[in-house]
Amino acid sequence: MPAPPAPAFCLRLLQRQLVLALRRPAGIANPLLFFAMVVALFPLGLGPDPKLLAGFAPGILWIIALLASLLTSDTVFRSDFDDGSIEQLLLAPQPLYFSVLAYVGAHWLVTGVLLALASPLFGLMLGLPAVALPALFASLLLGTAVLSLVGGIGAALTVGLKRGGVLISLLILPLYMPVLIFGSSAVRAAVQGFPVAPQLAILGAMLCLAIVLSPFAIAAALKISVDA
Amino acid sequence: MSAQGLGLSRGGRELFSELSFSLGAGQLVQIEGANGAGKTSLLRILAGLSHYGFDGSVARNCPLLFLGHQPAVKGLLTPRENLAWHVSGEGDYSQEAIDAALERVGLYGYEEVPAHNLSAGQQRRVSLARLYLSDSPLWLLDEPFTAIDVGGVAELEQQFVAHVRAGGCVVFTSHQAPRTDHPLFRLCLREGLREGLLGEPR
Repeated sequence: MPAPPAPAFCLRLLQRQLVLALRRPAGIANPLLFFAMVVALFPLGLGPDPKLLAGFAPGILWIIALLASLLTSDTVFRSDFDDGSIEQLLLAPQPLYFSVLAYVGAHWLVTGVLLALASPLFGLMLGLPAVALPALFASLLLGTAVLSLVGGIGAALTVGLKRGGVLISLLILPLYMPVLIFGSSAVRAAVQGFPVAPQLAILGAMLCLAIVLSPFAIAAALKISVDA
Repeated sequence: MSAQGLGLSRGGRELFSELSFSLGAGQLVQIEGANGAGKTSLLRILAGLSHYGFDGSVARNCPLLFLGHQPAVKGLLTPRENLAWHVSGEGDYSQEAIDAALERVGLYGYEEVPAHNLSAGQQRRVSLARLYLSDSPLWLLDEPFTAIDVGGVAELEQQFVAHVRAGGCVVFTSHQAPRTDHPLFRLCLREGLREGLLGEPR
């Protein structure tokens, strides 16, 4: 039986990863619960003044989303590496470039997309004006995709290490900064009534760049991790 | 497939060097050696999973099926799903083919049981079911008999011979000699091995 072409294989991997994620619902709920908990901490630390909270809300929400994404990025390849599936993936005749996109895509669907969907609720909890909620959603949707792709590089590099948790944050947090800058700036612009299209366009450009370039890095890092 | 001048050192100790051989259709090859002799490393080099840290080169011109120490079986998926969505990029197997393969490895009735409820030997069998599905001519199997009971080992040996007779090539590492009357090439890795040509079939 001939090997399926790369797109069909990608869909197969995507389906597999999504089914695996759905069968471990705690893994999907954890980032959302983390988001809710940390959002609830800020009024306790900063005081309950709604004006103050609303002023900080764009930055707060974006930093929490970034940390929630970081928290889960270690899991993208971890279990497949431990049980030998990554070895098999490296030997597959299909290009690794597209296969790793399927892994990262599945990770984005169960973390980033869900965070973006839930973010308006968290925005309201911090008193973010309703007019900024669409910008929050759109910027998170684009931004978390970049975070997943960049996080995938760190995950692939550290997957061979027993405890890669701290190292992965040191490796990829610097790369998260541009996303944070333009993501939170989009939300702030929306609060102040400015157009958000420029920031979203830049996030989209970052996403295009990340989609094209990061699979090369992820594939190379996985090869090194399996080889070591 | 052929290997030219393979050499490997680990921790300052030379495991093997100048290892050259070629493998073709109809060969059944057992790689032997004590623990730490480099059997797994050699197999991973042959499979193309190692890129650095060894001398020589490997040339291969056909698809291969590699089974490593880890079974690559997901505990949250059923055996059926494990094979249907296998990450090795093989063809889309039909439900009937998968069920037939699972029956061959003795997992009839376990098709829909999540694999984490299966024993280590049964999980191993899920990955071995690929031997009954795949049409890759070259099989590289690292310790395929691990955790498999006596009856299962005999069936595996039969499958190896059937594959070799059909024009395939099987390379496996094992400590136990297979009981088969088919000619068996043996590659014995010993410390300081200078050249490891495939000897006469036994």
